[in-house]
Amino acid sequence: MAERDVLRTLPGQLRELLTGTDVAAEPDLRRLFPPAYPDDPEKAAEYDGMVRDDLMAGRLSAIEVMERTIDSDKLSEDELLAWLSAINDLRLVLGTRLDVPEDLSELDVRPGDLRAEGLALYAYLSIFEEDAVAALSRS
Amino acid sequence: MRRPYGVLMPPTAPVETAPVETQPVEVDRPIDETVVEPQVPWVVIVWNDPINLMSYVVFVFQKLFGYNRDKATKLMLDVHQKGKAAVSHGTREKCEFDVARLHAHGLWATMQKER
Repeated sequence: MAERDVLRTLPGQLRELLTGTDVAAEPDLRRLFPPAYPDDPEKAAEYDGMVRDDLMAGRLSAIEVMERTIDSDKLSEDELLAWLSAINDLRLVLGTRLDVPEDLSELDVRPGDLRAEGLALYAYLSIFEEDAVAALSRS
Repeated sequence: MRRPYGVLMPPTAPVETAPVETQPVEVDRPIDETVVEPQVPWVVIVWNDPINLMSYVVFVFQKLFGYNRDKATKLMLDVHQKGKAAVSHGTREKCEFDVARLHAHGLWATMQKER
């Protein structure tokens, strides 16, 4: 199924981005590691030092679960939570990269627009996430 | 000295806690506030952002803070409509723990001293 094939490519890409670049220097990751103290660089650095490794490990763990269960017909609640984490991280990176507005219908995407593919993926992930949240909220 | 702690492990009670007056005391003059050294209260702010879905933010507030759907929705709408909202208060350590959990869920959270 085409959707699953698209999904299959994503966790690896996210992992590559997280582990292959200097997080502080990569603007697309700024929503994944925001500063806790925006006006106090010293406290912000302290917070980063304490929390960065765990934040990263949590993200990588969710990616690993999504990869492992990418062909599953059913997901446990824990597995779905991991998918939700990975998909939301993907939306954050993609949305930052594309500089999306809050309301996607504001965008005027003409044929040949380089953003078209990314925006389509972003919209698809958003629908997926709504479904995941609804499923988790029912349990 | 700040102890490191895992994002998933709640902090243990702060070591330097002074006893808090819980019973009302009748006095002729105000209670001497220098006897009890107050902990500086901090507040956690969540900021609106164009990416996170409203349903997702509600879900996260329920999951992290145990709010029911109504309260979590009100809080989310506060963030959405006002641009930001306070979501928790407490010691610096407790607030850092909350901020870290919010960051783990992709929310844009910061903390500051309560005014």
